[in-house]
Amino acid sequence: MNFVAPESLIFWTTIIFLAFFFLLKKLAWKPILNAVKEREDSINDALLSAEKARLEMLNLKADNERILKEARAERDAMMKDAKEIKDKLISEARDEAKKQSSKLIEQAKFTIENEKQAAIVELKNQVAELSISIAEKVIKEELSSKEKQLKVIGDMLKDVKLN
Amino acid sequence: MIATKPLKIVLLAIAMLFTFVQISYSQEPEVEHASEKQTEKEFSASDLINHHIADSHEFHLFNWNGVSYSMPLPIILYTDNGLVTFLSSEFHHDNNGEVVVEKKGQKFVRIHDNIFYADKIHDGHAEALDYSVRPLNFSITKLVFSMLLSVVILFLIFTAVAKSYKLNNGAPKGIAGFMEPLILFVRDDIAIPNIGKKNYAKYMPYLLSIFFFIWINNLIGLIPFFPFSANLTGNIAFTFVLASFTFLITTFSGNKYYWKHILMPPVPKALYPIMVPIEIIGMLTKPFALMIRLFANIAAGHIIILSLVSLIFIFKTVAVSPISGAFVIFMSMLEMLVAALQAYVFTLLSALFIGQAVADDHH
Repeated sequence: MNFVAPESLIFWTTIIFLAFFFLLKKLAWKPILNAVKEREDSINDALLSAEKARLEMLNLKADNERILKEARAERDAMMKDAKEIKDKLISEARDEAKKQSSKLIEQAKFTIENEKQAAIVELKNQVAELSISIAEKVIKEELSSKEKQLKVIGDMLKDVKLN
Repeated sequence: MIATKPLKIVLLAIAMLFTFVQISYSQEPEVEHASEKQTEKEFSASDLINHHIADSHEFHLFNWNGVSYSMPLPIILYTDNGLVTFLSSEFHHDNNGEVVVEKKGQKFVRIHDNIFYADKIHDGHAEALDYSVRPLNFSITKLVFSMLLSVVILFLIFTAVAKSYKLNNGAPKGIAGFMEPLILFVRDDIAIPNIGKKNYAKYMPYLLSIFFFIWINNLIGLIPFFPFSANLTGNIAFTFVLASFTFLITTFSGNKYYWKHILMPPVPKALYPIMVPIEIIGMLTKPFALMIRLFANIAAGHIIILSLVSLIFIFKTVAVSPISGAFVIFMSMLEMLVAALQAYVFTLLSALFIGQAVADDHH
């Protein structure tokens, strides 16, 4: 191997490498490494806060669910109450109606009975009057003989139908 | 006591590393001379490869009708008479010491891409590292040019990335989206596991710089045309400087536990004469391994690819080209992996060594 001026290469390598090193240290390595580090830190921060937010969300969700559950329970209770009230109202109304109707029926029956009694009394009165008038006629015609009188009264009574 | 020791150790380490580098430098050129003499006209794969692997004072573009076209690069010499600068084109492609350039009353010649004092060498023979016959050379060579290019590219990319973060606080977009995974990879898979969450931030700029610097230069070396293709990361002088930075950072970041482990290891006192030197050598072998690993991997990759291309010229038939081409494509794919892998390994080991130096006592 032919060595050409090794002192030249040693000299220039030293100078050039040192210049290169100090220049790049200031202009490239430090800014780059700092930027990378800052970005890594910010990414880590972001991940951490995202995790935090996720946990918070989870808490919030649990809260929401609890509230929802409570609301649902409340609604169910309200529905149940309402149903009870409705049932009660309906049964009350039904009872009332029944009472009213039975009362009306009772009254109607009573009235019918009364009317019937009145009719019967009227009828009896008329029968009595009729009987009296017949009796008058019979008496008038047949009072001549006692047996005749009795026979006429008996026949007449047979002809009249009660009711 | 602890304050002065690191300095001495650092100096010792640098001295040792330099000795090694010099040995390897001075051994190599002779081989080159030998091969060059045998093959004046004949094709020599080793010449081609050596020429590509080595640094140069000009950036070769292409050959046209037997004429070589190159981009000249500035030559900067620290001579006995002060600084001398001129363009490499003044040598007119001469590499055998025939063209003499005269500046400031001094004559220079170029032999195998090294510049010597013309009056101090004899019969074209000169050792590349013989500083008595050549001036100190601080030229903007092909590799330095390539390095400047890489730095400009990286600078443009990463200032654009930084700007995109300024404009956009959300998910990364565009070039930032492409670069951020790499930056995060260096941070999360290299820095934090090896240095620890407490200390890593301080070393991030260095690890990022070295990772992208090595990677882009590895990749630039794989692109086979101007202004790329320079074998920068496969040059031991380059890897030496980078490994030295890691060594210096490790050494100066060392806390009391680190130094205690080296200077007062937890072994019986009688073993100190053996253990302490071993620990000190251990400090040096780590960056030394870094230097060799990167250099050898990248240089080997370039050598293999060029050897495969050279097969066509060695067999002197175009029939070899499909095979050699297929292998070159395969090797290039592999080298792209190696380019990233070696940048990763260098950064990882640097982080590991720094991590050892700043670790709390765990005994």
